[in-house]
Amino acid sequence: MSNNEELYDEEELDLSTLPDDELVEQMYDDLYNGMHAEIGEGTQILLDRGWSAEKVLSDALVAGMGIVGVDFRDGILFVPEVLSAANAMKSGMEILRPILADTGAESVGKMVIGTVKGDIHDIGKNLVAMMMEGAGFEVIDLGINIPVETYLEALETHKPDILGMSALLTTTMPYMKVVIDTMKEKGIRDDYIVLVGGAPLNEEFGEAVGADGYCRDAAVAVDMAKELVAQRRGGAIAQVAVA
Amino acid sequence: MPPSVLSSRHSVTDHLERQATDAAPGAVIITCSALLREIQALIKANGWTHLEVVTISAELHNRPERIPDAVQVLITAARRKGQLVFVAYGDCGTGGRLDALLEREGVERIPGAHCYQFYSGSEQFKQFEEAELGTFYLTDFLVRHFDRLVIRGLGLDRKPELEPLVFGHYRKLLYLAQSEDQELQQRAQAAAQRLGLSYAYHYTGSGELGRSLQRFNRQLRVGSS
Repeated sequence: MSNNEELYDEEELDLSTLPDDELVEQMYDDLYNGMHAEIGEGTQILLDRGWSAEKVLSDALVAGMGIVGVDFRDGILFVPEVLSAANAMKSGMEILRPILADTGAESVGKMVIGTVKGDIHDIGKNLVAMMMEGAGFEVIDLGINIPVETYLEALETHKPDILGMSALLTTTMPYMKVVIDTMKEKGIRDDYIVLVGGAPLNEEFGEAVGADGYCRDAAVAVDMAKELVAQRRGGAIAQVAVA
Repeated sequence: MPPSVLSSRHSVTDHLERQATDAAPGAVIITCSALLREIQALIKANGWTHLEVVTISAELHNRPERIPDAVQVLITAARRKGQLVFVAYGDCGTGGRLDALLEREGVERIPGAHCYQFYSGSEQFKQFEEAELGTFYLTDFLVRHFDRLVIRGLGLDRKPELEPLVFGHYRKLLYLAQSEDQELQQRAQAAAQRLGLSYAYHYTGSGELGRSLQRFNRQLRVGSS
């Protein structure tokens, strides 16, 4: 064993020796640094100590991604770092997802999301899907190059609260209007919240194509989704109360 | 506008001789540094010494929402000097915001969404897209600066594990060449190999960029006659 290896071994942190609060702090750092294996390990340790899957998700993973999101918005972190953090979070989600499904944890809402036809770019869409899932939404990710028929089938099958569409190219972003216009023609537009996002889009474009909201980044998408779902459900409750 | 956004030099990344156009340029081309080398070559070949060229850093393509403001600054400066203006940009991810500015200012740009499209021509580019949606395009400029703009720009040197997330849906690298340069072709092939993509080559020359500048020059002649 070389001196360097000895040094490394001595400094390697054993996550299982940390008390809960320090372990969670360490997981924030590990998420920030995109450490995939450590996040999986930390998630498992917290579960083994009796934490519920919901608590691990909200207090360790989502809170940690919140720090990443703020630093991304403030220009301290850039897309590669955020991607790396999201990739690390995935290792925790892979452990939590089946447990959350089994325990029937209440979903905040449901979203169908996909990159529009003609476009294969999915970095932003994947970040949104990951952050939405982290925030407690059930996410059905259709993938890339999605034609209007596939969006409509998914709406029919999954009955989500939200339809999310993403595009990176100026040439493909007008397809969002094709999807929304088709929804109008079929009389189903108002059954869903429609959110759009992607680098070349802006708020005016979102309004022009008839979306309910334009999401500048993944953190905005989560906030907007929560707000609009709450408004819609509140509206529904108010209608029932009046009736 | 941070001063770093606008290049104070005529070239940001290329080492070219500055054209002797500062005497009394009657017109200015506002462009991206990614097109500078080709525009300088067209100016030299055609003797368009009455054209000044000012550039905005190609790195602004990572923040396309800032391109219209950068162009606006240069249009205002040119108008102050009494110059006629042409903008050698595509939409370049500005989502129509650049066009809205140019319409207000009464300035023309190269038709097309981005340089891949106007170098190859809209019809040809459509065929490329239909043949393989997962095509990653390089121009001469991007071949020259592949490591800096693609590998380091996307953080793949620091985080190689991100490569499947960024390039997972790409199948082919297509080098749209503005010059017939063996060395650049070898570098483009190496880039394809580096990303694990198949390689194809298509010579475009200056494409719509050259034709747009010719049209702008004809307008200048009509205007001055």
